[in-house]
Amino acid sequence: MQDEEIHLPPPTLWPLGFAIGIAVILVGLIIDPLWISSIGGAITLVFGFLWIRDASAELRGHRIVVEPERRQVVEAGAGQVGPSAQAGGDAMPHPAPGERFPRSKFLEASTLGLGGVIGGLITVPVAGFAVLPSFLGQKRHRVDMGPVADYKEGQWYVATFNTDPKEGDVARRTAFVRNNGSLAVSGRQEPSFTIISNRCAHLGCPVQANGPSGAILGLKSQTEKGANGPVTLNPTVPAGFGCPCHGGQYDTEGNRTAGPPVRALDRYDYEIDNGRLVLLSTYSVSHVDGQGAQAKIHKYKSVGPGEHVDGPEQWFYPINPPHH
Amino acid sequence: MARQLSRAQVRKQRMQDAVNFPLDWLEERSGLVGGVRYFLFRKVPGDTNWMQTLGSATLTAFLVQAITGVILAMYYKPTPNDAYASIQNITDHVTMGWLVRGMHKWGASVFIILMFLHMGRVFLFGAYKYPRELNWVIGVLLLTMGMMEGFTGYLLPWDQTAYWASVVGINLNGTAPFLGPWLAQFLRSGQEISGDTLTRFYSLHMLLVPGGIMALIGLHLYLVIRLGVTSPPWSKEAAGSELVEEPAAATAARPGLTRPVARGTAAGGSE
Ligand code: HEM
Ligand code: FES
Repeated sequence: MQDEEIHLPPPTLWPLGFAIGIAVILVGLIIDPLWISSIGGAITLVFGFLWIRDASAELRGHRIVVEPERRQVVEAGAGQVGPSAQAGGDAMPHPAPGERFPRSKFLEASTLGLGGVIGGLITVPVAGFAVLPSFLGQKRHRVDMGPVADYKEGQWYVATFNTDPKEGDVARRTAFVRNNGSLAVSGRQEPSFTIISNRCAHLGCPVQANGPSGAILGLKSQTEKGANGPVTLNPTVPAGFGCPCHGGQYDTEGNRTAGPPVRALDRYDYEIDNGRLVLLSTYSVSHVDGQGAQAKIHKYKSVGPGEHVDGPEQWFYPINPPHH
Repeated sequence: MARQLSRAQVRKQRMQDAVNFPLDWLEERSGLVGGVRYFLFRKVPGDTNWMQTLGSATLTAFLVQAITGVILAMYYKPTPNDAYASIQNITDHVTMGWLVRGMHKWGASVFIILMFLHMGRVFLFGAYKYPRELNWVIGVLLLTMGMMEGFTGYLLPWDQTAYWASVVGINLNGTAPFLGPWLAQFLRSGQEISGDTLTRFYSLHMLLVPGGIMALIGLHLYLVIRLGVTSPPWSKEAAGSELVEEPAAATAARPGLTRPVARGTAAGGSE
């Protein structure tokens, strides 16, 4: 491996026969595997052997004779055919004195420039495809929760429903729902609900009701047939809500009472459509004064768990991603 | 060399030639043989320490992850309805699936632990100092990407632990000031965790991040070879890939480069 001289592979013609042999085998496979392929195999073997013999000549100590070049070598610059590879000068003339933008510079710049443009043309759509779908066209949800009359006044229910049946079980969500009875809104009586999301305002774990199930009051679980599939309602008697992950605690209005959460629990907007309760999007809440139908909710645009919505910490999150 | 070679010697010579012939063929056309030799048979300081094998151990752990991961990907299905079931299938039914999954799962921790041990060795030996600072920086990037592998891989079994750990992990990213909410929404592929979150994590876990790690390992090793490994701090020997006779003035200017001066001696005599 050390010698610096250039080896030429020993010349041989036999690969030609070898290739023909392979072709005959393949043709034979279609026409007549037994005979034609056998003939092809024989040709391949014979020429393969000859080829190996030629190729290993150097190893076996034979001298390799390469026919010397007999054509005339043209001197560089002599005009006619062009210089041989060994002779010859620079591929490009040196820039003339005073020439500031020679051809080589132009080619260099245009190669890089064109490469950059092509790279950009490919990168922009690909990066957009990777990033934008997370932010654009976020779906709004409308979840039919069954008739208002099925929600006993003053009773808490753990409601489990699907926000997007096409997604499957991964779109299943849970909320705590309480019918507060009716409330006078500009002269009319409107049903009032407290609907608290179970997504912890610390880092998003599923908050649980602190208290026994409604069975102690003789209440049974019920299932509503909603447009988004079944909605299960499990009655519960909570003294508050608690998070299993890091011990965050909330009262029954969702106000944080202890632990790491940074604000109150999120709530669902809702509307009453033909006597049925319909859940809409969530919104975030800093805190709630008062209770039930009379509660004064300090409401903010929906943000992620762990984000402060009030106080100086909110300045850490000046622009939030677009939201439904 | 006038002595005649015995027949056995001639035969041995022939055998060697036959082995070398294809190697010579390859070397002449690619330089690869010399390259591999340059890569593997480097000179290292005579008193290198067992701790200096931790980098190679980390590399081995990474290769185990890469290979077992490729095989797991042949059976794993990254959709919300199939992911958990396909993991169960790998564990309980696919021949030796339990073994390959176990290697990948436990090997992930081994990889991270080895990275930390290797980093500790580099720190305690002072091997991050001039001229190897850049390799430390590359190492930190490798550590970060190794952790990203852990984070994205953890979701894939799609069981309760996986799901809620990822919810918390993503929201943790979301609390970073300014860009946090954007990062979280990008990772989640929207406002809510969905099937897209799973496929996104899968793609990051098996394509993007490992690709980045491989590229960085290439750079890391390039620098290790270019700069040579350091001797242990208690070494009395000169370190470096080659022992060059330098004029005293050059050594005085940069005592740390290839020939660190033994402790207790002044760098260049008179300063
Ligand atoms: C994928 C993970 C990593 C792999 C495969 C890897 C591999 C290696 C190998 C094979 C060496 C040769 C010397 C030795 O084995 O100790 C080395 C050296 C080095 N590594 Fe790493 N490494 C990784 C992560 C890290 C990390 C996390 C750091 C620090 C933040 C780091 C910093 C360094 C430095 C500074 C050297 C030069 C040490 C010297 O020259 O003595 N590496 N690495
Ligand atoms: S996620 Fe609820 S307390 Fe941390």
